[in-house]
Amino acid sequence: MEKKQSKLSIVTNGLLHENPNLRLVLGTCPTLAITTSVFNSIGMGLAATFVLIFSNMAISACRKIIPDKVRIPAFITIIAGFVTVVMMLVQAFVQPLYQALGVYLPLIVVNCIILGRAEMFASKNGVLDSALDGLGMGIGFTLTLTAMGFIRELLGAGTLFGIQILPDAVEPMAILASPPGGFFVFGVLMALAIMLDEKQGRKVDADPEKIGCAGCPNSKNCHGEGGCE
Amino acid sequence: MAAKLAFIFFSMILTNNYVLVKFLGICPFLGVSKKLDSAVGMSAAVTFVMVVATLATWPVYTYLLEPNGLSYLQTIVFILIIAVLVQLLETVMKKFMPPLYRALGIYLPLITTNCTILGVTILNLDNGYNYLESIVCALGAGLGFMLSMVLFSGVRKRLEDAQPPKAFEGLPITLVAASIVSLSFTGFGGLVETIFGM
Repeated sequence: MEKKQSKLSIVTNGLLHENPNLRLVLGTCPTLAITTSVFNSIGMGLAATFVLIFSNMAISACRKIIPDKVRIPAFITIIAGFVTVVMMLVQAFVQPLYQALGVYLPLIVVNCIILGRAEMFASKNGVLDSALDGLGMGIGFTLTLTAMGFIRELLGAGTLFGIQILPDAVEPMAILASPPGGFFVFGVLMALAIMLDEKQGRKVDADPEKIGCAGCPNSKNCHGEGGCE
Repeated sequence: MAAKLAFIFFSMILTNNYVLVKFLGICPFLGVSKKLDSAVGMSAAVTFVMVVATLATWPVYTYLLEPNGLSYLQTIVFILIIAVLVQLLETVMKKFMPPLYRALGIYLPLITTNCTILGVTILNLDNGYNYLESIVCALGAGLGFMLSMVLFSGVRKRLEDAQPPKAFEGLPITLVAASIVSLSFTGFGGLVETIFGM
């Protein structure tokens, strides 16, 4: 990573070129699980963005104090703290979302995007840059989730935000709202992101799967050759 | 009682499969399923940690957190327990069971951040399972994870020879294949309920 990145490029990086879901292949579980409706997708995206920004800031602020050996447990504890805050806020103010997200809300703790960014970015950069990185990654995550939710809710149930959009004559493709549809839509979107990125003339890594391994918070332990392969 | 346990066990493997139906643990599912032996090793380690984590977290929640009105600390406490347990298991295995360590050791550090483990411990409590039911559920979830990993590693072997459009090469086509495997699991819907009359 270059030392001198402009503030704007840190934010925009997360949108497409380093989009956490589509290009870094992090945080796939919530991407597939809760994108059956646009409402859930946006809620999940915002919750994760909140955690990303604050945990990035906190980790960046503490990066010189935390010994390298207990780095990962320390990061996870910080993240879990913010996730608990989000859980309590959502439970208090947006009950329907709390019901809909269920177990996936506490599971933000183990969302690899957050730990991945802590390891890849926040532990090496200043507080402001880390907050911006969290913001960019969070927006990228939210956008991908929303796109998935849009496709799956519109085509799978014929509705958007619970309001019927497609006329009754169009039979909704229920398969898209079910688990197999999640994998399928995600695969197609990922292929699209790769195409767009190539069109912009960006260098595309020959093996997209390697990116996933680099983003893995444990890549240091396995040196890119252990369990990840 | 036995029927309920069997029901939980088999529904965790087939109808509620964590990977293909509930979307937990997708990262190892995509990352480690390239070769059969690593798929088996990883899922054996996951099953083991799942059961041990459930053994530890259930009493902590029921006897420590809940009576004291601390249930909001669930997430933090559970993830710390899991992180410590994984570390402990690694150390104990390395010292006393070197062959097992050689087989499962490299997968252990990957497991702390695996959402199936935290997922199973939280879902057990959400579903109101008792201690025995929770353990059976964790075991079933682990074996279900293994089943999908093993099946998918077979699919991926075939996938290596396929020639998809350029943009689909690598992960996108793998996801589409996962979609089809997941489709086959939806065929189990209702099966377990019918057998055990639940």
